[in-house]
Amino acid sequence: MRRAIVTTTATAAGVVLLLSLKPHGSQSAASQAPVISSGGSSTSGGSGGSSTTSTNTDTNSSSSSNSSSSSQTSKTSKTSKTSSGSYTGTAVDTRYGPVQVRIDLSNGKISKIDVLQYPNGMQRDVDINSYALPVLNQEALAAQSAQIDAVSGATYTSDGYTQSLQSALDQAGLK
Amino acid sequence: MITKHAEHVMGTVFSFVVRDPSPAVDEALREAVARLHAIDARFSPYRADSEVSRIVHGEASLTNASAELAEVLDRCAEIEKLTEGWFSAYPEGRLDPSGWVKGWAVEQACALLCEAGSTEHCVNGGGDVQSVGGPWRIGVADPFRPGSLAAVLAGRDLVVATSGTGERGAHILDPRTGESATGLLSLTLVTSGPARLARTDACATAAFAMGPEAGLAWVERQPDLEALAILPDPAAPKRATSEYLRFSV
Repeated sequence: MRRAIVTTTATAAGVVLLLSLKPHGSQSAASQAPVISSGGSSTSGGSGGSSTTSTNTDTNSSSSSNSSSSSQTSKTSKTSKTSSGSYTGTAVDTRYGPVQVRIDLSNGKISKIDVLQYPNGMQRDVDINSYALPVLNQEALAAQSAQIDAVSGATYTSDGYTQSLQSALDQAGLK
Repeated sequence: MITKHAEHVMGTVFSFVVRDPSPAVDEALREAVARLHAIDARFSPYRADSEVSRIVHGEASLTNASAELAEVLDRCAEIEKLTEGWFSAYPEGRLDPSGWVKGWAVEQACALLCEAGSTEHCVNGGGDVQSVGGPWRIGVADPFRPGSLAAVLAGRDLVVATSGTGERGAHILDPRTGESATGLLSLTLVTSGPARLARTDACATAAFAMGPEAGLAWVERQPDLEALAILPDPAAPKRATSEYLRFSV
């Protein structure tokens, strides 16, 4: 049973992504190795901090609202939101285990999605996720212009994926 | 300007989209988040110290239930009657009103935002959505292709709730037999109007348990409720009630 690190914490600009799969319990660096990766080449370095919640406006970089829960968000991009950088979504607990994704933005578009962790306690989980998560990644990349406000559904892992992705998008200030 | 917020609570994620933020509405959003956690603290069957758990474990009595729990159980009893017993606050023989509470919690969040002056917001409680204003576009997850959409619904004050087996097999039980309901892969109910999600969500759970034939026939008899049914056979066409298309994009 292998599970990636639950959350990342502090981060610094320019941390190079670790590209190997880390075994359970390893927590040596601020960035995490993706379990599954989709999208363009991994040229952008850095990693976002994790947060439990985020609230952003999409038109400027100031946060107009805060959640009651504290959050820690950092990004490697030095420019304002909706530009470039890496953002790590909340680790979302599903009933089967946590799901967490990280997105790389390039000029306001998602260029890459890494799945940092997913439920994989049983062989069936691995079977499901080895199929489902790459599909989720591809769909998310393809659906950037779908203009969907919310998704109704009952699939827990994909819901966790969607929500972790949403929190990363929220941090990035994307609609 | 849009405010978005995602909050991990009740074992899932509640996400908010507010199209008309203001300082008062942002404050209401914070109140709504606190309210969700308070509802979870009282109603969660997974928290040993919740009122529901204490009743289940015999540490508290239903006769001394809080006014809030008593109110929820009254609503559950109404839905149980409406659904001819297919929805129950005792789905596995013991108290668990979660099937009502999640949608009701979303309604409470929307009410707080409305009171603060917002007329344009959408709250998604783990896949069950109540919107105010709009029009809003709400996707229905495709159970065959996780991450993609089986349908897109649109409208003002749109309310969408989906029950399904999820990726892990059946998790909705037929309250009459205790067996897993397996006739459908997912059932989505759609309607419009304020404060409609709890009822819609509970009805989705009930109609899912009924199975495709009885479930769709039952939804057809409900005024203002429309259904999209996805069957376990990937070759089978999706089925819907007669007025479903007025919500479909």
